[in-house]
Amino acid sequence: MGRRWTTWTGIGLTALLVLFLTLPVLLSIVAGLSVNYARGLSAGLTLTWVVQVWDLYADTILRSLIVAAATLVLTLLIGVPGAYALVRRGGRTARLVEEVVTLPVAIPGLALALGLIITYGGFGTFRQSTLFIAVGHVLFTLPFMLRAVMAVLETIDWRVLDEGAASLGAPAWRRFVDVILPNIREGILAGSLTVVTLSVGEFNLTWMTHTPTTKTLPVGLADAYASMRLEIASAYTLVFLVMIVPPLVGLQMVAGPRRERLGP
Amino acid sequence: MTLTANAAPPRGAAITARGLSKSFHGTTVLHPADLHVPAGEILVLLGPSGCGKTTLLRLIAGLERPDGPDMLRFDGEDVSGVPLERRNVGMVFQSYALFPNMTVAENVAYGLKVRGMPAAERRAEAARLLALVGLDEHAGKRITAISGGQRQRCALARALAIKPRVLLLDEPLAALDAVLRERLRTEIGLLLREFGITAVYVTHDQAEAMAIGDRIAVMQAGRIAQIDRPEVIYHRPASDFVADFVGTMNRLAGPVREGRLILDGGETRADLPADGPDREATLCFRPEAARLCEGADEGAIRARITATTFFGATQRLLLEVAGQDLRLDLPSGLAFSPGQLAAFTIEGRALLEFPRTV
Repeated sequence: MGRRWTTWTGIGLTALLVLFLTLPVLLSIVAGLSVNYARGLSAGLTLTWVVQVWDLYADTILRSLIVAAATLVLTLLIGVPGAYALVRRGGRTARLVEEVVTLPVAIPGLALALGLIITYGGFGTFRQSTLFIAVGHVLFTLPFMLRAVMAVLETIDWRVLDEGAASLGAPAWRRFVDVILPNIREGILAGSLTVVTLSVGEFNLTWMTHTPTTKTLPVGLADAYASMRLEIASAYTLVFLVMIVPPLVGLQMVAGPRRERLGP
Repeated sequence: MTLTANAAPPRGAAITARGLSKSFHGTTVLHPADLHVPAGEILVLLGPSGCGKTTLLRLIAGLERPDGPDMLRFDGEDVSGVPLERRNVGMVFQSYALFPNMTVAENVAYGLKVRGMPAAERRAEAARLLALVGLDEHAGKRITAISGGQRQRCALARALAIKPRVLLLDEPLAALDAVLRERLRTEIGLLLREFGITAVYVTHDQAEAMAIGDRIAVMQAGRIAQIDRPEVIYHRPASDFVADFVGTMNRLAGPVREGRLILDGGETRADLPADGPDREATLCFRPEAARLCEGADEGAIRARITATTFFGATQRLLLEVAGQDLRLDLPSGLAFSPGQLAAFTIEGRALLEFPRTV
């Protein structure tokens, strides 16, 4: 027996929607690789634009990676022990802290950046450093790390694991490192990939917090769109996609079907 | 039934509690308790949920702090303020608390690793303990790859590996099915005696308590209602509550006149000895205390059988006497059928009477 017509209609509509959403991305890639976009594919394909993008914007690509790495390190150092502390503490205080930390996600990045500049703009060296951008990214990505780790903590019986390790004589830091961390690996990994993805693509905040010497990839993109020919801007998009797709695929794999858990 | 094994010289510490109490936010969970567990004894804390047995265990473990100072001593040393990780107690949890990121052997060796024992030595020690609990073939497996019963034996081996002063078990068999529970409680009882370790074992299962405990402390509403050997708890319960919680208890209520409690239901009747002044009384006896007799007038009970249940070696009779229900356990060889009258006597020393609580 065939599928019902409603099923086929559903599949058809979904396919159309996916096409509608992916077409701009595909055309950007084509534009970045074509000799002359106005004349279409008949003019031939080339890597010239990609090489030009590398020559013009290599520093922004590198900086984006550095910012993402710094953001990741900071969110790991603050977010993982922070999530454990919040889950351990529980109650109203923990929820309040969680809400306050999540606030930067809801506030427009521009406003957040303005706040940072008003507060720390006077510290010249800090203001002009890449770290200043990373700090903005930490504000924005920390809640994602916290949530990912807290979600996994809820699924393991951390209290009884902690008590079990304590009964065997392990001090608090050792229980955290030996018993809690290995069992929340998935959450930390999922949180890390989210943080890196968000940081690499972040524009709103960075557009305000960057200086001419501390441009990141998305800021460079805006620059290229405004001042370069269409093919170069599109080739830049291609470079961005190459950077962002692997962590996104990784994220999907981590967030996929859960492994068997220890259950009573 | 109490298990007997070649008792080893005691290896654990004696536990002494004086006025040990605990309250949370003004609610008293454990009223001041005095308790002495000699080295090597297995004490079972038995009671319904919310009776304070788990709180008492967690106080002994160091997972909760008692209300005051110097309320708990191990071999005379005050441990009231010593946290769990420095108290050197072994713990076995209902949910195992095994570490899923380690193998069976790594779990058992973890306490030794924390103590800084070299890798080769702790591997050998873990292997020795795993052999003891019959898990040597599973040493390299993940925790998720072994069964519930094996997990609990692994948890026991892990707790014993650190040579604890006291072993604490919190409903260790509650997550297992009935058949496994019965087998494992025998094994654990034998193993604990072989080790000669002081153990405190929390359960709400009276059969488990009887099988494992040298002594049982029956708890009720934050207090120890009675603490004694299993036989005494069973045959001489100190209160109505203990009598009801441990085993089945029959009750006959009625007037006592001139040293006898007499119920007259016409064709059914009861006549039981009851010393003391004339009063309203409730006399209690166990289902297996009845002795069948011929006819029944003086000092006997004549009851109508309402149902019989076959249990294999024994059968349980439900009976009715003067409007009150009774349950008797008798050898299954005897033929009874519902509607019949049965006559039996209860020996005076099998009869119990508790002070009225109402």
